[in-house]
Amino acid sequence: MPKLTIIEFDGKQHHLEAELGHSVMQAAIDGMVPGIMADCGGSCSCATCHCYVDAAWAAQLPPVETAERDMLECALYPMDNSRLSCQIRITSNCDGLVVRLPKSQV
Amino acid sequence: MRSDDVLVVIGAGHAGAELAVQAREAGWAGGIALVGDEAALPYHRPPLSKSYLAGQAALDTLALKARATYDKAGVDLLSGRRVHAIDPAASRLHFDDGSAMAYSRLALATGGRPRPLPAAASGADVADNFHYLRTLADVDRIRQRFVPGARLVIVGGGYVGLEVAAVAVKQGLKVTVLEAASRVLARVTAPRVSAFYEQVHREAGVDLRVGVEVSGFELDHAGSLVTRVRCADGELVEADLVIAGIGLLPNTELAAAAGLAVDDGILVDACSRTSVPTIVAAGDCTRFESVLYGRSIRLESVPNALEQARSAAAALVGKERIHDSVPWFWSDQYDLKLKMVGLAHGHDRFVLRGSPERRSFAAFYLKGDRILAVDTVNRVPEFMLAKRLVAEQVTVDPDQLADDSVPLKTLLPSA
Repeated sequence: MPKLTIIEFDGKQHHLEAELGHSVMQAAIDGMVPGIMADCGGSCSCATCHCYVDAAWAAQLPPVETAERDMLECALYPMDNSRLSCQIRITSNCDGLVVRLPKSQV
Repeated sequence: MRSDDVLVVIGAGHAGAELAVQAREAGWAGGIALVGDEAALPYHRPPLSKSYLAGQAALDTLALKARATYDKAGVDLLSGRRVHAIDPAASRLHFDDGSAMAYSRLALATGGRPRPLPAAASGADVADNFHYLRTLADVDRIRQRFVPGARLVIVGGGYVGLEVAAVAVKQGLKVTVLEAASRVLARVTAPRVSAFYEQVHREAGVDLRVGVEVSGFELDHAGSLVTRVRCADGELVEADLVIAGIGLLPNTELAAAAGLAVDDGILVDACSRTSVPTIVAAGDCTRFESVLYGRSIRLESVPNALEQARSAAAALVGKERIHDSVPWFWSDQYDLKLKMVGLAHGHDRFVLRGSPERRSFAAFYLKGDRILAVDTVNRVPEFMLAKRLVAEQVTVDPDQLADDSVPLKTLLPSA
C-alpha cells in the first residue's frame, strides 16, 4: 500500500499506509489524524478536510475540479497548494505523498 | 475516571461512531463499547439515497472509519446487538437476547427511524416490494428491484424521495412521486424553491404529483407484492417497487423508559448532557435549546450529529465543549448541489438571488433584516458565506442581497 505522511499544523507527523482507491481523507480518518474532520464524508460539501500538498507532489496529482475549487475558495487559510483531501484518490503514484494541515478547519 | 470504567455507546450511526472514538481522543481511559443493531461496520448514510443506490459507491467506501481504527482506539464493536432496556439506578443495560452489561457512563446515539406510512399499515408494509430507506439493508433490498423499466412509486416528496427519484429516472426506471402537501419540500423550503425542484424533476421525466394523498395499496393474490398504489381521489398507480419517505421519528423509547427527560427528542444541553448525570446523548435522537434561534430544536443532520458527539465525548471526561454551530444540510439531485444553512421557520421575508432558470441561485429567509436561513443551489462559495451570515446574525439590506452584482462577501461586517 502507498505510504503517506500527514503533518499537523503543530508539526506532528503521521505516517500512514493508504489503500489504493481510497482518498487521503479516508486514510487520515482511519489513522485518527486530528485536524481532518470530513463532516460530509467525502461528498465535497464541507471543506473540513482541507490540506496543503507539498510542492513536489502538487503537479503529479489529478487537477482540481470545479466543485473542489468552489469549496476551496471558502476554506479557511487557503493557499495556492490547497486541496480537499477527500478529492485526492490514492493511486500507486502516490507512494510517499506528503500533505500538511491548516491551523484549523472550522 | 478509572481504567476499569466502561463507556457504553448505544447506536452506531454517525453520532455513535464519532462519540466512541472521540471519547478516547479526549482522554477516556476505561473500556469503550459501541453497540449497534445493524451488522455492518458503522457507515455513511447520506450516500444510501445517492451514489450507493446508483451503484457508484462501493460498500467498502461507505464505512465511517476502518475496523482497524476502532481497534486502535480501543473501541469494542458490538454489532447486531439491540438494547432492550436501560436501568440507570443499577448502571446496567439489558439486551433483547436476555444478556446484560454494566456501564459507568452511557451515551445514547439511537438516531431515528422512518415515520411509518399509515396507509401501509394493513399489509403493504410487509410486502417484498415496499420499502423505507434508512439503512444499508433497506437499500440492498431496494436495489434488487431497482432495474430499468421498473415502475417505481415514491411516497413523499422530501429529500430522500427526491434524491431517489433523481437516481431512478437516470437509471431508466419509470418514476412517480406522490406528495400529500401542495408542494415538494414543503416542510423546509419556500414555494419558489419547491417549484424549481418540481420543474427539474418533471423535465427529467419524473411523474411528480402534489396534493395527492395515498390511501391504500392493492396487493397480489399471495399478498407479498404491492401491485397498485391507491390515492385518496380514487386514482390507481401501477407499481413494481414502492419507497416511502415521509419523515423520521426519533428513537427515544429507551431513554423515556429509563426516566430521562424526553420531549420529541432526548433533552440535552449544549454539552450533550441529558437529565441523568451519567448519560450523554447525541444526534438525531436529541432535542436541545438553540441559542441562535431561541427555541428548542431537533435536527436530522449529519453535521449536527458529529458536533454533538464531539461535545458529548468532551463531557464524558469532564470538559465543557459547547455545541453551538449553525445547522446545515445538503442534498444532491441531478447536477444540483443544494446546500442549506439555518432554519427558515418564522421567516417573514424571502429574497431570491441569482437565477433558477440557470440552475444557480441562493434563497434567503429573513425575519426583518436578519437572515435566518439560506438555500443555495450550485453556489458553494455563497453557501460558505451564508453560513457566516446566519451564524453571526448579520443584518442586511434585502435589496443588496437580491442584487447578484453585489458580491455577498461585501455584506459581511468585516468587509
